[in-house]
Amino acid sequence: MTTAPLDQETALQALPRDKARASHTIVFWIGFCVVMAVLIAAPLVLPEFWRRLITEILIWGLLAMSSDLLIGYTGMVSFGHSAFFGLGMYGAAGALLIVSPPNLWLAILFGLAGAAGAALFVAYFSTRLRDIYFAITTLIFSQIFYVIIFTWTAVTGGENGLIFTRPHLRIPFLYDARFTSTTMHWFVLTVVAGSYLILRRVTQSPFGMVLQSIRENEPRTRAIGYRVENFKMVAVMLSGLFAGLAGVLYAIQNEFAAPDFVYFLTSGETVIYNVMGGIGTLVGPIVGAGFFHLMREFLSRFFGDQFPYLIPLGLIFIAMIIFLPQGILGFARRWLNR
Amino acid sequence: MDAIAQFFHAIPIDLLIIQTVNGIVTGMILALVASGLTLIFGIMDVVNFAHGELFMLGAYLGFVVFVSTGSFWLALIGAALLVAILGAAMQIVALRPLIGRDPLNTILATFGVSLVLQNYALWQFGPVVRKIPAPIDAQFTLFYLQYPWYRLLVAALSAAIIGGFWLFLKHGKFGVWIRATAQDRMMAQAMGIPVPLVYTGVFAIGAAMAAASGVLFAPMVGVSHTMGLDWVLKAFIVVVVGGMGNFVGSIAAAIFISLIEAYTTIWLDPSRAVIVSFVILILTLLFRPTGLFAATPR
Repeated sequence: MTTAPLDQETALQALPRDKARASHTIVFWIGFCVVMAVLIAAPLVLPEFWRRLITEILIWGLLAMSSDLLIGYTGMVSFGHSAFFGLGMYGAAGALLIVSPPNLWLAILFGLAGAAGAALFVAYFSTRLRDIYFAITTLIFSQIFYVIIFTWTAVTGGENGLIFTRPHLRIPFLYDARFTSTTMHWFVLTVVAGSYLILRRVTQSPFGMVLQSIRENEPRTRAIGYRVENFKMVAVMLSGLFAGLAGVLYAIQNEFAAPDFVYFLTSGETVIYNVMGGIGTLVGPIVGAGFFHLMREFLSRFFGDQFPYLIPLGLIFIAMIIFLPQGILGFARRWLNR
Repeated sequence: MDAIAQFFHAIPIDLLIIQTVNGIVTGMILALVASGLTLIFGIMDVVNFAHGELFMLGAYLGFVVFVSTGSFWLALIGAALLVAILGAAMQIVALRPLIGRDPLNTILATFGVSLVLQNYALWQFGPVVRKIPAPIDAQFTLFYLQYPWYRLLVAALSAAIIGGFWLFLKHGKFGVWIRATAQDRMMAQAMGIPVPLVYTGVFAIGAAMAAASGVLFAPMVGVSHTMGLDWVLKAFIVVVVGGMGNFVGSIAAAIFISLIEAYTTIWLDPSRAVIVSFVILILTLLFRPTGLFAATPR
């Protein structure tokens, strides 16, 4: 951390704050490393089933984290993230089916391109609207993509979706091997952790500050002279890209792309992860996704497969909105965002 | 000249008329659903995501009452009453604590409610489609079709319910309270109107309207736990196109969109015809964001 040269008086005043900031940074990175170490070690210890579950939680966490950029930082609740997620999925599927031999990086590229296309469309139209109107229009836009994917059977496989085989994990000149569930986990973990660091950097950048000021007071931000619409559009596109990345990862993990994931219930679950974990924290949504999927797993273990796990989870969700709108990690919000 | 004559000849008049009737019938049901939704939004700024689920639950309860009593009309009234009570309970438990918070919270809360209700229906009734038989079986001939009178009856009944409700808003004491609250809730409270009671009452009425349309719609297609999702999406489109909180606008928009969708199915697959209403929505948002049927574009 570099500081501009100050005269002696202000330097003395700034000292305790700098110290606090430095110790905060150290604690943050230590915490980050501990969590990473646990997650890196997890697949080596856990049985196959839990390994897959944790990998999926990380993917859902990435999706939720991407929408946190809108919900938590810009104050726009998106009910359309399933479109970006789904387009990422189908983009990856397209690349893996058309190009042979299937290439992992090309799949990611195609997936991101698909998500970017959807995000551009949604960003252009929905950012003209605010609050609930934004939420409803994003929902309806995601349904447009759903209908197109569902009915365009010749290209998307319609109801059956697309099935393909996993590409090799290939890093040029270094490594080339079939994905095992362990390397898959590490790959997903790398992408999610990288995305987290990028998104964290974005939210702390001047751009992120403008987004937060839009959340706090849009007319004032406009009055200061920021082009609010442009900032919102970029935010939606950025968020869509990361959601698309989550879609690509999910497609590669499960070796299929299905229209169910483009349906707006996926977007709804994304919002649930956010609210449960704590909006505006970036890590909160991952925690929320973990809480949701672990609860679901425990409920169906305890009461049997047929148990409608969404009833208790829905009730918990409603209770959290009323009594704990900050979510599980809400208490840590200020700290994480410093 | 010849080309023009050929063009007019190519228009399938009979299909157009059939689809007009179909469009008006679904439009009236949609209007009944959407007017409840827009009423709830107009009075308390709540976007009720669970409205489709109230519609679906109304149909299921109608089925239950029908099985035990054998009367369609009892089923209609019973389902509406039961869902009204459920709606009131839902408002008191889940929405009353959220008054004064960001309206976005209400979307989230009602989305939670919709998940719970939908999964409850799936758990309770299973994935099998249930059917309520229509109260009248008579049919009339419309070109080459045997068209059931029941559908026309549904349109008329929906119109009657909406009309009755409109009269109630205009002249009933509670209706005047509702309108006063919609205009200025602070002032209404100051004048001694029990605003919390009005909120709960409005929610109950909106829920009852959704349930009634669910029962009316049930004999045409059947009752399943996912039927609410399609309708709530359509109703959202209608409410936005008609202008949020604009009662008359949403009724006009419901009929307008249903007619256009019905005409589109002449040439397109029904599952794709939905896209037309999406396009209408996008155009509305671009050019008249306050709603196609708003009195003055703001």
